[in-house]
Amino acid sequence: MNPIEVEIEKINDAVLEMIELVKAQLSRSRDSFMNSDEELAHQIIHTETRVNSLELTIDKYCENTIARFSPVATDLRFVVSMLKINSDLERIGDYAESIADYVLNINHKLEKTLMDNVRTDEMFNLAIEMLELIADAYATDNSKKMKKLFAKDKVLNQINKEKSQVIAEYVLANPSTIHDCLYLHSTIKKLERVGDHAKNIAENYIFYSDAKVLKHKK
Amino acid sequence: MVNRVMETNKFKIQAKDIHAYYGTHHVIKGIDMDIKPNSVTAFIGPSGCGKSTFLRLINRMNDYIEGFTKTGDILLDDKNIYASNVQVEQLRKEVGMVFQKPNPFPKSIFENVTYGLKIQGITNKSDLEETAERSLRQAALWEEVKDDLKKSALALSGGQQQRLCIARTLAVEPSVILMDEPASALDPISTAKIEELIFELKEKYTIIIVTHNMQQASRVSDRTAFFYMGELIEYGKTKQIFLNPKKEKTENYISGRFG
Ligand SMILES: Nc1ncnc2c1ncn2[C@@H]1O[C@H](COP(=O)(O)OP(=O)(O)OP(=O)(O)O)[C@@H](O)[C@H]1O
Ligand SMILES: [Mg+2]
Repeated sequence: MNPIEVEIEKINDAVLEMIELVKAQLSRSRDSFMNSDEELAHQIIHTETRVNSLELTIDKYCENTIARFSPVATDLRFVVSMLKINSDLERIGDYAESIADYVLNINHKLEKTLMDNVRTDEMFNLAIEMLELIADAYATDNSKKMKKLFAKDKVLNQINKEKSQVIAEYVLANPSTIHDCLYLHSTIKKLERVGDHAKNIAENYIFYSDAKVLKHKK
Repeated sequence: MVNRVMETNKFKIQAKDIHAYYGTHHVIKGIDMDIKPNSVTAFIGPSGCGKSTFLRLINRMNDYIEGFTKTGDILLDDKNIYASNVQVEQLRKEVGMVFQKPNPFPKSIFENVTYGLKIQGITNKSDLEETAERSLRQAALWEEVKDDLKKSALALSGGQQQRLCIARTLAVEPSVILMDEPASALDPISTAKIEELIFELKEKYTIIIVTHNMQQASRVSDRTAFFYMGELIEYGKTKQIFLNPKKEKTENYISGRFG
């Protein structure tokens, strides 16, 4: 193997690990939030340090590759897009941790009808499905799969737009829940941001991958 | 009165279906290329692919080589440089060349820079002095040698000698400068100076540089031409070639995965 290929492989493996890790964090944040599972929330917060250190590792690998190998063409697009994807993944990891933190701050379990009206579970599931698509597309080097993710982001945005009205009405009727409802509000907002970052990841992956795919078709 | 706008040439140099041979050895195989004025074009490709041969076609340096033949035309400012009425000396004045190894004459710095002018019969001392200073300044060498123009050119460092050769080329006021691996024998500091110089010179000149240094090609050029076995495989904006080459051969070559 060419020396730069060894480095590219290292970055590739580490990013794959990062995707799986962040996906797991987000999925655990759903379980923790939906079931008010504080034990799980603590685990998420604990695991966040691994996400951060993996982000640093990937950055280091990318910097090393740029400094030592001056990548060009596909290698260059790969390293540039992995640097960006890495930071988007790290942000998604942050949001999972924030949600875990909210779980610890919420005083009383939120009422199921409110959760349903806000479409909380659906919101979580869409965000997680986006990460599943990323993981699958990335592992199989298939940018077509990445493109499926854009439609999901639209639904996330829609749910996010509607949440304030639904929550406001609920709070007017149940003023004592305002503290907990603000956390629900923030959670939906975070998940909407997860969608934005997932979309960035897809775009950056396509930037790296599509030119290559087109070229290899010839 | 009619306000006349100067027609600017779209292309400074145009190569049209060039084939070249050393004896029966077919080394350039049907190359077309358009080069815009005031641009830097890098020629890259593996050893023996024909970069130097193609470069030398642009100022007819191959004419000297026994057994060399070519078909196709090269236009400079829309005029065929191989037309029978072209004076080769005049062409070489218009299209200057800088070689891989600095090749100053074993004479003083001043005599080196003014050599081309003297050949043209210019002897007026102040004209010569003026040109020497202008060319040495353009070649970013003036500050280093201005107090010692009588010193032998051979006493200069390799990097200084190369800039002297560039000054010598500039002195006769060409419009095109061909450079065949001009920095391959230089240290990084001298190389940086030459690259900086190329960047400044393109305001006035059209420059073509042959280089084996991929980073140099990507740093200095606006467009890059990738040659392989006598063919022009890919020619495009340098950023496109280095970020997103269209041909797999180009990709493999620039990323060092050839063969
Ligand atoms: N004077 C010559 N006589 C015969 N063949 C020659 C001559 N000069 C070059 N060639 C041949 O023509 C082909 C192209 O050579 P050229 O010097 O143009 O390649 P190049 O791309 O400049 O290579 P390099 O990167 O090594 O300088 C080669 O096969 C070479 O052997
Ligand atoms: Mg050569």
